[in-house]
Amino acid sequence: MTCPINGPRPVSEFFYHGELRPMPDPQAATDDAWADYVFNRNGAPGVKREWWYHLPSGVWFIAERDTATDQVLRTYLYSDAVAEAVQ
Amino acid sequence: MPWRLLRFALSKKHPEPRMFRAHAELKRSYDVVIIGAGGHGLAAAYYLARDHGITNVAVLEQGYIGGGNTGRNTTIIRSNYLTPEGAKFYDMSVKLWQDLSEDFDLNLFYSNRGHYTLAHTDSAMRTMRWRAEVNKHYGIDSEVVDAAAVHKACPMMDLSCNGHAPILGALFHAPGSIARHDAVAWGYGRGADQRGVEIHQQTKVTGIEIVAGKVKGVHTSRGHIATSKVLCAVAGSTPRITKMIGIDTPLFIHPLQAMVSEPLKPWLDPILVSGSLHVYVSQTARGELVMGASLDPYELHNTRSTFDFVEGLSSHMIDMFPFLADVKVVRQWAGMADMTPDFAPLMGKTEVEGFYLDAGWGTWGFKATPASGKTMSYTVANDRNHELIEGFTLDRFRKYAPTGEKGAASVGH
Repeated sequence: MTCPINGPRPVSEFFYHGELRPMPDPQAATDDAWADYVFNRNGAPGVKREWWYHLPSGVWFIAERDTATDQVLRTYLYSDAVAEAVQ
Repeated sequence: MPWRLLRFALSKKHPEPRMFRAHAELKRSYDVVIIGAGGHGLAAAYYLARDHGITNVAVLEQGYIGGGNTGRNTTIIRSNYLTPEGAKFYDMSVKLWQDLSEDFDLNLFYSNRGHYTLAHTDSAMRTMRWRAEVNKHYGIDSEVVDAAAVHKACPMMDLSCNGHAPILGALFHAPGSIARHDAVAWGYGRGADQRGVEIHQQTKVTGIEIVAGKVKGVHTSRGHIATSKVLCAVAGSTPRITKMIGIDTPLFIHPLQAMVSEPLKPWLDPILVSGSLHVYVSQTARGELVMGASLDPYELHNTRSTFDFVEGLSSHMIDMFPFLADVKVVRQWAGMADMTPDFAPLMGKTEVEGFYLDAGWGTWGFKATPASGKTMSYTVANDRNHELIEGFTLDRFRKYAPTGEKGAASVGH
């Protein structure tokens, strides 16, 4: 796994935090929409944008990874542009 | 004891027939199509045919029988769960397991060992007491024992675990057992086959035909089948199937790895589990230690193995058993575990009429095989959820009513 700050490091140094998903507005969302956000996941294989964390240095970042082959395509820091892309 | 071997020796018919027939063609329609010829799918087919008289059934398998998680687990059977829903369900399963060799006339090498869940902390002791009380309430044989009792059952273990995690006591569950996992799939498969069920290996489901919210058929790599009922029992491949029909689920797939040591003289009778050290271990009749740990730390739809896993698990094994330091690991493997947020399964009817789920078996599916077959065959035959699986339906999440089984279903939390 390549940390955008520290470069390639052993994967045991990283913590996986799941797919990057847009959060619905908690005040405006219906109960069903909120339950869908809290519990349901896109469990099928594919290329996903995921949160990863480099434990020794405390860097949160995004990895684009193919969850069928475990191939990491790109890693980069989170930004407003990323947030807009997943909305 | 199965009498088949003796009957075979005295019989004049040799060689013995194959376990199940191969069918050249799929029929154009079936009453029920079961996706997945693992233990769960074949058990459902067996009980559909035996208990409900539904024999026009096809079991479709993209690989080979029992080649998924049925052949990739550590074969531990127990019912000492935390929730009433779990305890009752797995208790039914353990009772079915005890008669299964006779039922199939096939030796499952079912071996009753006793099962110790080790507690290394006060909070773990509290959970053990909780589980013991829930179990006793439902008539399940569980009790909390102290460290001396653990030492008596397993004198070879370092009770201090190398000083890292001294054992304070354990939850002892006398019915805890192991069985030969391939034979479970073969036994159910043969029993279903003898009653008219068709098992089609190397047959991949490519789509499910739904008209007006009802199942009408299944597209496969070998052609189309018309059916009104589909049971999906494909463990780690479940999200691929539910994606075909647009059902959202909380399932997420992480690999679960296990490994086996070289054969040793028998020294470990009980099954041992340590949540804190992320270890479960038993010794097979062949003398090998079968060892497992917690899930891999990230999503992956793949059965690759890692050296990290062997390294981590071996280090914890040596904390418990320092004399194993020179023993070699001979095999390792992985399965794709379909995990749920509450560590309870996903079973029963869904929003699509005629589509039934038997999934969410994560790291706890093997022991559930008979009960899952029983309850899912009832659910499919009657189009009504069996009472024992009402706590496991998919809509529990929409109702914010999970069945919290995490404290008893896995290690490493």
